[in-house]
Amino acid sequence: MELHSQSQVGVKTVLQDYQTDGFFDELVDQDGKPRPDAEELVSLIDRIPSAELVRRQDAIERSLYQMGITFTVYNDSEGTEKIMPFDIIPRIISSVLWHHVDAGLKQRIKALNCFLSDVYSEQRIVKEGIIPPDLIDTASTFLPECMGLRPFNDVWCHITGTDLVRDDSGAFYVLEDNLRCPSGVSYVLQNRQVMKKNFPQIFRASQVRPVNDYPARLYQMLCEMAPPQIETPNVVVLTPGIYNSAYYEHSFLAQQMGVELVEGRDLVVEDDTVFMKTTDGLQRVDMIYRRVDDTFLDPEVFRKDSVLGVKGLMKAYRAGNVSLANAPGTGIADDKVIYAYVPQMIRFYLNEEQILPNVPTYVCFREDDRRYVLEHMDELVIKAASESGGYGILIGPHATQEQRQDFATQIKANPRNFVAQPTLSLSRAPTMIGDSLEGRHVDLRPYILCGRDDVWVLPGGLTRVALRKGSLVVNSSQGGGSKDTWVAAEPGQAVARA
Amino acid sequence: MLSRVAESIYWMSRQVERAENIARFLEVTHNWTLDQPEDEVDHWLPLIEVSGDKKIFASKHQTANAETVTQFLAFDSSYANSMLSSLRQARANARSVRESLSSETFEQLNDFYGFVADAAKAQQLDSPNDFFDAVRRIALQWTGVLDSTMSHDIAWHFANTGRLIERADKTSRVLDVKYFNLLPRVDDVGTAVDDLQWSALLSAISGFEAYRREHHLVDIEKVVGFFLFKRSFPRSILYSITGAAASLCQINDSSKSTRSRKAGQILVNLQRRLSETSVKEVLAGGMHQFVDVLQTELNQIGEALNQDYFHSVGQEWPSA
Repeated sequence: MELHSQSQVGVKTVLQDYQTDGFFDELVDQDGKPRPDAEELVSLIDRIPSAELVRRQDAIERSLYQMGITFTVYNDSEGTEKIMPFDIIPRIISSVLWHHVDAGLKQRIKALNCFLSDVYSEQRIVKEGIIPPDLIDTASTFLPECMGLRPFNDVWCHITGTDLVRDDSGAFYVLEDNLRCPSGVSYVLQNRQVMKKNFPQIFRASQVRPVNDYPARLYQMLCEMAPPQIETPNVVVLTPGIYNSAYYEHSFLAQQMGVELVEGRDLVVEDDTVFMKTTDGLQRVDMIYRRVDDTFLDPEVFRKDSVLGVKGLMKAYRAGNVSLANAPGTGIADDKVIYAYVPQMIRFYLNEEQILPNVPTYVCFREDDRRYVLEHMDELVIKAASESGGYGILIGPHATQEQRQDFATQIKANPRNFVAQPTLSLSRAPTMIGDSLEGRHVDLRPYILCGRDDVWVLPGGLTRVALRKGSLVVNSSQGGGSKDTWVAAEPGQAVARA
Repeated sequence: MLSRVAESIYWMSRQVERAENIARFLEVTHNWTLDQPEDEVDHWLPLIEVSGDKKIFASKHQTANAETVTQFLAFDSSYANSMLSSLRQARANARSVRESLSSETFEQLNDFYGFVADAAKAQQLDSPNDFFDAVRRIALQWTGVLDSTMSHDIAWHFANTGRLIERADKTSRVLDVKYFNLLPRVDDVGTAVDDLQWSALLSAISGFEAYRREHHLVDIEKVVGFFLFKRSFPRSILYSITGAAASLCQINDSSKSTRSRKAGQILVNLQRRLSETSVKEVLAGGMHQFVDVLQTELNQIGEALNQDYFHSVGQEWPSA
């Protein structure tokens, strides 16, 4: 469908030839008309010559590079730093739709916290036959060392990033939960900042909910969840160091919260208490926002070869002298097989039906499911349960016969490690490709903070876009970019100011 | 503040100052060769002599000339003290502590490194003068950004200490160039050629105009006095040592700990000794010897800083 164009005669604008190709589009409907919350934005884009948009997009990418907002690419001997490509056309989510997403995420995080408390104590959900015991025992993400842990207020997942997608009807689905060290929120904040700088006029015209209070909310939550006996807790961010791909984010969040960014070697445990090494001697640490994976946290308890962690940290944690966000052991709840049981968890712990549905999932551990998966490999997306970051995935319809054969062999050898989902026709959003707009598939990762008394969802989140034509893989390590994500404000709600 | 962070900030600042001084050395020498009668004086070898890395240079190049010395000191990425390597390390240090720096500080350093790295990729400099002039300007911007966008708290004082200790070291090396750069004939002393050399050295520390305003004519004793003891000039050795001592004093004052610290004491002693020394005494004992002793003392300060604050090498942690 062709968009109605208001542009001056003779000036090429990017929306003139935009096609939705039958996909659900985030900005325009099937007739090519802007969705209600996007009218302002679409008419503005349509008045800007494409060369001008390209120029602004280049300027934004340059400024991201200047700010050093880069991630390090693995499998690259020089440790090349790249920026995540940024797309200048924002994605808009209506306030009604956001209500639904917000409620669904809050419900989900409550259930997952209940599950974690249960699985590391009585395991009622296993005893009552809802989750097979084998699935827990064989999960590499289940940490027996965490049995009996009682995080303060029973909150395990303080910070969560849940990946959502929309199908061809526009309905939201939960694709996966990230409960260990979800990353990307710094891009949300920086994307917003560069958009404001480059498109102040759109912000004045639109009613977009702000995101810039995230660091303050995060800090507040971390203080709340520190050991309760501490009056003014000393909060730190624990990073694996500058070679970690998300290092920029660790540093950014520490800076925004005004707390120390520490590495494992900066910390030491004495008398079950954690201290950091300062120019003034040792100073006590009360809350660690850890961006180091569970099994690297303490060589005394987990991986012996870890140089990223702190010896004795788990003892200090058990003694209640320090809090960890997120708690160690949360990985079991974002295992791709356990994911399939979240609807049952919501029923079991909350006695509710889930608001945001899972993508239908075949668990190869179950014989019927396995047979189905092996017979329909050319239709399904197959995922290894223990991998993340877009690795260990087979997209059936796009794969070669050989690749499918390889996965089939792996599934038969280790069925526990695989799940499969139908290939969704993911929604698309207009994206600058060269000097025109083309539809590209997107997902959405909202960020959820779980505090002492309430759960808060950052309005919006990270929209990742698969820049390669037709690609469904949005991970930055696999050529994905990002977009600013706007949640439309309702009357009375705070609005982002340029 | 975290010991690791303090150390990284200290080195970041030293490494940028080092890069700036290399640019100053090279700029002034390129300028100088334009003004000099050809082939009478070897302008390039002294730069290598005072770098203290003559052996490394000799393993890579057979002769010291404009091209080889510029390549080595400015762009050799395998030589740890080149301008490019210094900036690369400074940036890596800054990256590892960027939450303790202002955003502007990090961005300025990021730009600085990018500018020099781009030039290093080009085969040849179109105009060395323009390039090193540009580097010096960027370095001055860096100083301004560091001083005017960061709170002058402990982090800044560590940066300032690093900057001034490096500067004292490099200013003394500029003087040392003159020692190695003997004139072709004794008759030249006090002539236009000699004047030109001293003026060039003053320019290397941006001190030519400040000197002229005070003394008008070039005079060896006065120039040496300016380099060493000019209290009010920000690149003189006494100014640098006084500033570094003051910064360490601030760091210690803000500390709750009562542990004894050595670095500050060594700096205060050095400051006192410099204040009590005259130019005549320096020249009588030999300038090169004076510079040698100074550099040894600066190294001792570096070691003491490690013991007092950084604890990075072989140190037990005192209990809480």
